[in-house]
Amino acid sequence: MVRATLIIAHLTFMEARRRRIVLAALLGGLAFLLVYAAAVVAIERSLTAGPIDEVMHRVQLQFLTLAGLYVANFLTVAAAILLPVDTLSGEIDSGVMQTLASKPVRRSEILLGKWLTYWLMSGAYLVLLAGGCVLVMRFAAGFEQQNLQRALPLMLLGATVVLTVSLAGGVRLKTITNGMAAFAFYGLAFIGGWVEQIGAIVRNDGAQRIGTAISLLSPPDAMWRRAAYELQPQSLRDLGPVQPFSVASVPSTAMTVWTIGFVLVVLAFALVQFRRRPL
Amino acid sequence: MNGGAAPRAEAAIETHSLRREFGRNVAVDDLSLSVGRGEVFGFLGPNGAGKTTSLKLLLGLVEPSAGSGRVLGAPLGEPRARARIGFLPEHFRFHDCLTARELLRVHGRLYGIRGAQLAARADVLLERVHLADAADRPLRTYSKGMLQRAGLAQALLNEPELVFLDEPTSGLDPLGRLLVRDIIKDLRDNGTAVFLNSHLLGEVEATCDRVAFVKRGRVLMDLPLRELRTQAACEAELKIDPLDSGTLEGLAAFACAVERLDGRVLVRVEGEHVLPEIARWLIGRGIALYEMRCRRKTLEEWFVEVMGEDQRPG
Repeated sequence: MVRATLIIAHLTFMEARRRRIVLAALLGGLAFLLVYAAAVVAIERSLTAGPIDEVMHRVQLQFLTLAGLYVANFLTVAAAILLPVDTLSGEIDSGVMQTLASKPVRRSEILLGKWLTYWLMSGAYLVLLAGGCVLVMRFAAGFEQQNLQRALPLMLLGATVVLTVSLAGGVRLKTITNGMAAFAFYGLAFIGGWVEQIGAIVRNDGAQRIGTAISLLSPPDAMWRRAAYELQPQSLRDLGPVQPFSVASVPSTAMTVWTIGFVLVVLAFALVQFRRRPL
Repeated sequence: MNGGAAPRAEAAIETHSLRREFGRNVAVDDLSLSVGRGEVFGFLGPNGAGKTTSLKLLLGLVEPSAGSGRVLGAPLGEPRARARIGFLPEHFRFHDCLTARELLRVHGRLYGIRGAQLAARADVLLERVHLADAADRPLRTYSKGMLQRAGLAQALLNEPELVFLDEPTSGLDPLGRLLVRDIIKDLRDNGTAVFLNSHLLGEVEATCDRVAFVKRGRVLMDLPLRELRTQAACEAELKIDPLDSGTLEGLAAFACAVERLDGRVLVRVEGEHVLPEIARWLIGRGIALYEMRCRRKTLEEWFVEVMGEDQRPG
């Protein structure tokens, strides 16, 4: 089981590397970090040009870091959708899958090998982007981000959800349909997050419940909001909904457990569907 | 090696009433067939007859809606049995970022072959399909024929007991077709069963021991080609002089039917072994024999006859 899965994982990575997907992701990530670094340097100069209120300065630097991590999270989610969007549907349509599936391997090994590769790539991409943002803030502004070890796994979990949904969609859907469905799924999470936030701010239980229900159906944004909550010091959380990364309704630990279960259920669904799929 | 159907217990492929529907469309309907070990079996039918779906059912790429079957003694779709099977798909598309050598190494590892053994096997096969010179070029730079030969090499990696070839020469030039014919002959000599899906009837006629005609997902007729080549009835066309009624009566003693045709005579005999007897009798009677041509019904004629008048070109 493990041997065939690892062979497929290796093949998937070779393909991603040869098709310059890895290179494009690296260049895109580096371009983002360069722009981010230039912005941080410019803003830091502006902030320190006059007299400094140390507390306000730290709040502003925290905003800057959260803004960078927000983009890092979004880019990782987009990569997690796009990386596997064509891998099954494309190979099934072209006939590549027939040759693979006629070998002495189980279809579950093919699917898990691909999932493993894209999960590792998404994780590496997140570490590159988020780590880059944190390092930029450290060296350009002397700001140390706290609680990364809590936030990064949550961000990765959010990306893992869309990755698994995108891979599962490829079992039955055509590539473009699958891509649109996966982005719509993430859009649903985004809207759900906002409805929940606004419901919490205006103290509307109905809106909050609807938002939570949408987050249960599509949990990636909830994982970002939990991660953003973990990244903020208590002083910033106490400011309430006046700042762009405020988390008025904090997703619970139960939501994290639900999200892990969600990934496992979608993955199991994909495995069953792929086993039955005529090739 | 065995010409014709092998004993059932030794069958490489055995199916009973296999059926596959896609919605309302019945792709394969009641497919029952048996292919012996070491037999080269041709699967013939018009476009849309269910040939490729049948092959996919046998490989486990598609699950049957009904019926059952065994391949190399294992139930359909059993992954361990696939370790002894090779397959060249009709649409021979592979990961085109790989080179041919890498393709063979990846697929060889999936078969459980490793290290020096795999490298040596890949080298032998690349040489066999005339791709040694291009072995380290990405497949995306290959012509259609080269890709098909690379696909043929990957189908033979595991020294299979059974090989499925779906239109194996569709992208090949005449030399490539001869190569495939040679490879099929080698496989037969090594005791490997070959399941050949092909539209090229001349190629099937030249390579197969037995053929089945399939139409609308059903086997209409099973034809033992090898036996036909050596034992079956044939027609001999004779150019003789004089061609009189006495000669025709004499010839009738050797033949199932005798017919006079534009200064020639057409004699239908039960087998090739009768022809030398006819020649001796003619010469013994002092009749001049200018020409004797034996002719059998071609596979194409069989095909047209079995498929019937209602079959439209695909």
